[in-house]
Amino acid sequence: MSDDIEITKTMDLKGMPCPMPVVKVSKGIKEVEVGQVVEAITTDPGSLADFPAWARTSGNEIIKTEQDGKTIKFYIKRKA
Amino acid sequence: MSNPDIKINEIKALESQVAEIRSKIEAMDKTKPSNKLSMVVFSGDLDKILAAFVIATGSVAMGMEAVMFFTFWGTPVLRDKKKKAGKKDVMGRMFGAMLPKGTCEVKLSKMNMGGMGTAMMKSLMKKKNVASLEQMLEMAEELGVRIFVCEMSMDLMGFKREEMIDYKDITFCGVAKFLEEAKDSRIQLFI
Repeated sequence: MSDDIEITKTMDLKGMPCPMPVVKVSKGIKEVEVGQVVEAITTDPGSLADFPAWARTSGNEIIKTEQDGKTIKFYIKRKA
Repeated sequence: MSNPDIKINEIKALESQVAEIRSKIEAMDKTKPSNKLSMVVFSGDLDKILAAFVIATGSVAMGMEAVMFFTFWGTPVLRDKKKKAGKKDVMGRMFGAMLPKGTCEVKLSKMNMGGMGTAMMKSLMKKKNVASLEQMLEMAEELGVRIFVCEMSMDLMGFKREEMIDYKDITFCGVAKFLEEAKDSRIQLFI
């Protein structure tokens, strides 16, 4: 569980295939302040590789990844 | 005992070396490519155009700038099906009729099977929530993907500017404009 992480914004990206999750999250992260956390929920298995790649390139940080069956939750801290 | 004159000369030599290095670094900075992706969209097939748009929109998400240069078979994809062009010659009319009028008329590069394959792929894309070309184009516009259209291809196939889509950042140009962008890009693709 991620009770210890304070989430500012939650994005439901379930059912969206590439490139939508990354495109949406790149917009969504700009809607929170630097230091705040976005929770992004996806069902695209490719996002397990894509989100870390996106975070490294865009200079943001994935502080936690949770997987429950087909659902993947990313907790992303806005850094840049 | 050291000679102060020699020391001063050494310092002066070092200073001029530093200035030289600095100007070299400045010159190198100018040639450093920016965080940009330049793409030639040569194909006019549904699958290839889809790939081009996925990469273009994805690159903006990755914090890059994206430029798409539509040429040859890629050009008719940017026609607006609702718009009408003015007078055209016979060849222009022929090309106009035979080539897809906009994103909704493009076909698969393989397994088209007289349109059946394309229809199946489109319904599959819908079922699997994959964005259609129309949605992709809309998203690209919203994300600020810049589109360039090859003027030579347009002229060759008899397309007029007034029959092309309304797009926020569209420029009709030649190869030099594309090369200027490509030269300044980290990634260049030909699709």
